[in-house]
Amino acid sequence: MKKHTIAVIVNDQPGVLQRVSGLFGRRGFNIESITVGSSEEAGLSRMVIVTSGDDHTLEQVTKQLYKLIDVIKVIDLSSNPMVARELALIKVNAEPAARPEILGVVETFRAAVVDIGTHSLIVQVVGDTEKIDAMVELLKPYGIRELSRTGVTALNRGSAK
Amino acid sequence: MVTQDATMKSKEELKERLSKHEVISGSEILLRSLLLEDVDCVFGYPGGAVLYIYDAMHGNPDFNHLLTRHEQGAIHAADGYARASGKVGVCIATSGPGATNLVTGIATAYMDSVPMVVITGNVISSLIGSDAFQEADITGITMPITKHSYLVRDVVDLPRIIHEAFHIANTGRKGPVLIDIPKDVSAAKTLFKPVTEVSIRGYNPTVSPNKLQVDKLIKAIEQAERPLILAGGGVVYSGGHEELLEFVTKTQIPITTTLLGLGAFPSGNDLWLGMPGMHGTYTANKSIQSADLLINIGARFDDRVTGKLAGFAPLAKIVHIDIDPAEIGKNVPTDIPIVGDVKTVLQLVNQQAKRADKADEWRAQLKASSEQYPFSYTDSEDELKPQWVVELIYETTNGDAIVTTDVGQHQMWAAQYYKFNKPRSWVTSGGLGTMGFGFPSAIGAQMANPDRVVVSINGDGGMQMCAQELAICAINNIPVKVVIINNQVLGMVRQWQELIHENRFSHIDLAGSPDFVKLAEAYGVKGFRAANKEDARAVWEEALRHPGPAVVEFVVRKNENVYPMVAQGSTIDQMIMGDAE
Repeated sequence: MKKHTIAVIVNDQPGVLQRVSGLFGRRGFNIESITVGSSEEAGLSRMVIVTSGDDHTLEQVTKQLYKLIDVIKVIDLSSNPMVARELALIKVNAEPAARPEILGVVETFRAAVVDIGTHSLIVQVVGDTEKIDAMVELLKPYGIRELSRTGVTALNRGSAK
Repeated sequence: MVTQDATMKSKEELKERLSKHEVISGSEILLRSLLLEDVDCVFGYPGGAVLYIYDAMHGNPDFNHLLTRHEQGAIHAADGYARASGKVGVCIATSGPGATNLVTGIATAYMDSVPMVVITGNVISSLIGSDAFQEADITGITMPITKHSYLVRDVVDLPRIIHEAFHIANTGRKGPVLIDIPKDVSAAKTLFKPVTEVSIRGYNPTVSPNKLQVDKLIKAIEQAERPLILAGGGVVYSGGHEELLEFVTKTQIPITTTLLGLGAFPSGNDLWLGMPGMHGTYTANKSIQSADLLINIGARFDDRVTGKLAGFAPLAKIVHIDIDPAEIGKNVPTDIPIVGDVKTVLQLVNQQAKRADKADEWRAQLKASSEQYPFSYTDSEDELKPQWVVELIYETTNGDAIVTTDVGQHQMWAAQYYKFNKPRSWVTSGGLGTMGFGFPSAIGAQMANPDRVVVSINGDGGMQMCAQELAICAINNIPVKVVIINNQVLGMVRQWQELIHENRFSHIDLAGSPDFVKLAEAYGVKGFRAANKEDARAVWEEALRHPGPAVVEFVVRKNENVYPMVAQGSTIDQMIMGDAE
């Protein structure tokens, strides 16, 4: 099972997320993450979907997506060099004694502490999926209270489209 | 000619009148837009959320609406209308239960790529999402079974949406489009300007094929020793039946037509092998398994055609011509994919197509096989055989009727024993297999073809799923000939229980069915019954002569099975040939 990152350019219409996610669901395609936001053009949104499957599945996903009237373009980002990033907010237990150690980890990862409470702090980390996985692993021993990940958004590098 | 000119003139006058820029309500916009889309018959059922729409119909002489007795009847009728005419079928229902009663019919049309525009009312916009009385999220519910759908939020958008809906429904791979209109939108007024242009950025079906792929097909035909055509509903829907005949005539390649492809190719032609698949002919199935070139034209390799996919057409190079790129390679790996409209593709192919010269032995072999293994059954003089009834219908209508069917054994017998020569003469629910479809779809087919004989063949089970529509045949004198092949059981289920579940017959007995003759008469429709050949011929001929609708019940042998049969999970050459082996 290969991971694929695809971008889907869609009309910014009510129900369009339901159309796309419903299609994945009923055709048995897997969604690992999905992000939606505005794109470079007014009236169009960009979805970035991470899915897994063989090449045949990816071909079917693409063709079925194109059948949706609100889908303008489907781009297989992972077939070309791309930049893929996600953001995670991690609320981790942090008694005053443990803070310096945690801050050390945060610094090494070029992450940031964006909130400090009496017993916890929130770490914000941006990076590719592997980096965030690693960060989560490292913070686990301190006790993660809450975790929120955005899912991957991505663009192809340079002139690749 | 004079009358034709007069009709043309009055049509143009009507168009001019309808196109007038005026401030009118959303409901009037809907009716005018439908008329401008050349809709001549709409099936529907009123209710609270569509009151303004039905109010606009009141006293409107231009708008022809047929009131069915169930929304399910309306949508199947619209479907039958579309299949038998090639035009877009239209039906209207109210919000909530009205809309949800359409769901099976929408799914039926979606599976068989039938162009339809389905109008539903919805509750007032401000109430949407509040679980209001008769509220249902019908755009959400139907998302997986529509080609596209609209929830109209502003009356200003209505003319554009309707025009887009017709365009989407009847181009590319056809299908149902739903327009959900909240009650306040159908009441709101705005300046009406008809929309005649469409521009939908995300919708551009590929009509013309890639020339290189066409060249590959031509080359493959030259080299093939055992070429075979598998033609499906796409031929009928694209209007490419003449091009198909030309292609076969030029190449002399044997052809099999799927259930939905019946009528796409004249059945009397020597090269026609019949229908393939689960209840297909011996020769069609065997030929697929030994072909070295299989040219799929507008069929989607449905599991009822392919049987076990792993062993399907094991020796063949696969060519697949389809308007929907997603169908190519979906089920069967394809060597030569050709995306395009079947008619357009075949026109291009026919410019270069030549006789498949290496296939003489193959042709002779298949011809001999067809002669040796036709569909067959053991006739009886004591009881009526359903196959014989279909043959009687075929013979007495000279093969020229429009036949609609329900789903089950009678459907397969109709497909096997009625020989079609013209497209759009065969209306059957292939993909979804919807019981209750046969009779109401015939009403639509008859509305679209007032001058043709329309025969609706049903089982005693399916007939009871939509029998209430006899009312609209009676009051509108729609002369559908309704056949009920009555074997007193759910025959296809019985057959599977006999053959696959070791005679454990579970809930198939239809004891308690009404007296169908009395049922017909209760609606004011003529009813007939026959249980032997002599009576059968006599009453059937009388029913055909009768100028109005008629119900004819044929009481047939209870335990008859459909053969050949390919059990689910087997390859299609593993056929159970049955008692007439």
